[in-house]
Amino acid sequence: MDLSADICQKIYTDMWRIRLFEEEADRQTNLGNVVGTLHMYCGEEAVATGVCANLRDDDYVLGTHRSHGHCLAKGAKSDRMMAELWGKATGTCKGKGGSMHVADFSLNMLGANGIVGAGIGPTTGTALASKLRGTDQVSVCFFGDGAAARGTFHEAITMGSLWTLPVVYVCENNGYQQWVPRMNVAVVDSVADMAASYAIPGVSVDGQDVVEVYEAAAEAVKRAREGGGPTLLEARTYRFYGHSLGDEQQYRSAEEVDEWKENRDPIKLLAQFMRDRDWLTEEQDQSIQAEAKAEMSAATQFAEESPWPSAEDVTTDVVAPVQEVA
Amino acid sequence: MKTMAFNEALREGLHEEMARDDSIFVIGEDVIAHGGPYKVTEGVAERFPGRIFETPIAEAGIVGVAVGAALAGMRPVVELMYLDFVTCAMDEVVNQAAKMRYMSGGQGSVPMVIRLPCGVGRLLAAQHSQIMESWFMHVPGLQVVVPSTPADAKGLFKTAIRSPDPVMFFEYKRIYTSKGEVPDGEHMVPIGLADVKREGEDATIIAIGPMVQKSLEAAITLEDDGYDVEVVDPRSLSPLDTDTICSSVSKTGRAIVCGEDSVFAGAVSEIAAMIGENCFHDLKAPVARVGSPHVPMPFSAELVKHVVPSSESVVSAVQAVMS
Repeated sequence: MDLSADICQKIYTDMWRIRLFEEEADRQTNLGNVVGTLHMYCGEEAVATGVCANLRDDDYVLGTHRSHGHCLAKGAKSDRMMAELWGKATGTCKGKGGSMHVADFSLNMLGANGIVGAGIGPTTGTALASKLRGTDQVSVCFFGDGAAARGTFHEAITMGSLWTLPVVYVCENNGYQQWVPRMNVAVVDSVADMAASYAIPGVSVDGQDVVEVYEAAAEAVKRAREGGGPTLLEARTYRFYGHSLGDEQQYRSAEEVDEWKENRDPIKLLAQFMRDRDWLTEEQDQSIQAEAKAEMSAATQFAEESPWPSAEDVTTDVVAPVQEVA
Repeated sequence: MKTMAFNEALREGLHEEMARDDSIFVIGEDVIAHGGPYKVTEGVAERFPGRIFETPIAEAGIVGVAVGAALAGMRPVVELMYLDFVTCAMDEVVNQAAKMRYMSGGQGSVPMVIRLPCGVGRLLAAQHSQIMESWFMHVPGLQVVVPSTPADAKGLFKTAIRSPDPVMFFEYKRIYTSKGEVPDGEHMVPIGLADVKREGEDATIIAIGPMVQKSLEAAITLEDDGYDVEVVDPRSLSPLDTDTICSSVSKTGRAIVCGEDSVFAGAVSEIAAMIGENCFHDLKAPVARVGSPHVPMPFSAELVKHVVPSSESVVSAVQAVMS
């Protein structure tokens, strides 16, 4: 499936929204307004946007600890996300989740997840729910290369394949498992190669090239939607920030990071692709960036002006408010 | 009323609920062959084809899949063949199922029942005999339910299936075949409501699971000593019906809390502490706890009898409190 100019512009806009959301969140961290830590998605924007551009509103997405991009690409509002990062009552999760648990159930974005590899089972479960209900919804699970080491990867993908479920397992292989280069602790270089163990297709793409991601995801989503079962899609990508804010990054050189930022930035690569086809003028480019920047400033303003949660909020949402028998 | 075994009552409840609600499905190991390890899922595959999933031996996967299905609006009933195996799925239970609602600010709901066959059954030693109720009582977001009779098993199970939040459903293996009367028709038991199984004036035995029957037997023995004891079955440990327990203890002035699990940091200890805190001025004697010593479950029957508390253990504890 070819990328149209319209889809490219939507993806390009979302990539900038993700990039600028995180840069704004980083700035607010330095100002002391966003606390805890952040796991930055910058550098990996082509994966979330390229995959989610193939999804419907009612398709399910589950993420990772590094999920600002997945949420925004699925349609989450930047202002409520920013408020969540501040811990405000207006946050997507009322300030009870924070960066690692951002979720918007109205979009079937069922949440980031603080435990590596923990979303693979639940995404297989949302796919099972769709199959049981007879809908043609697709479920997408994003996870990192580190998650491929978890037992959950093996257990859940086995069941996804066994029951031919409508799910796409998307591995964002950014080459590092927290502070360790992947191949120091892994034995199979390409996570896609592991698909053979589950009798499903394994596809590896350049995760910096959104065209490649989009096209591979289109095929995987189509296959899932038409009842063909799961695909393991690996996107080889790179994180521009460290594992989380404050990471000293002694495990990689500044030159390596600069090289990726200079020559392998997914936003730059898509801009070039669009300019080559006359799909992006300089004015359009400026306007997209300016609008995204304004959106993120407004998000910060929304967060700043929002109320803090109250003491009463501590004990709500533990269990359903009324334990009445249905 | 009709008389049926504990596992038959669960099976009847499961069939009734599955007939009522299409969103309910069963998932677990060996749940189709032979009607499941405990015959609770017998007949489901034939009556509700496509709504029962026999899985690989993959507890983290099973519970993880169930969590996702529940988040998407289904009502999975998970069977873990032995409670002990839940340790292979602790992330899914503790970090995922229990916390989804809170972490998402109330957006997510995990209406799921995890059935946990527990306690000593056949002599299978330390990895197939645990109870661990207090592990899950300690986790906010989980409900911990422990029926002691076939009637409560059916009524609580049906309520658990309809609950909007995850329920850890403890089924003591040794009472699967114990029989009792179960009301005809729709029989529901609310979660969080204790039941006074026997009324008495001199002391309150708060008994969990199989200790209820042992306590009722002890109560008859204690009549010979002239003691009239009350037996309260909490039925759910989280939420805990503190009102029923405290009003009984305040009436009798004495409390003996009995469970089969290890006393140390166990369910009986939480209940004992709660009684001490709330009923101190009504107590005529220190609160007593009955349970197992802090050891793994041994294999030999000669050792097991020194671990699992008996009716005689309850009698001795009551006599000590009364003297």
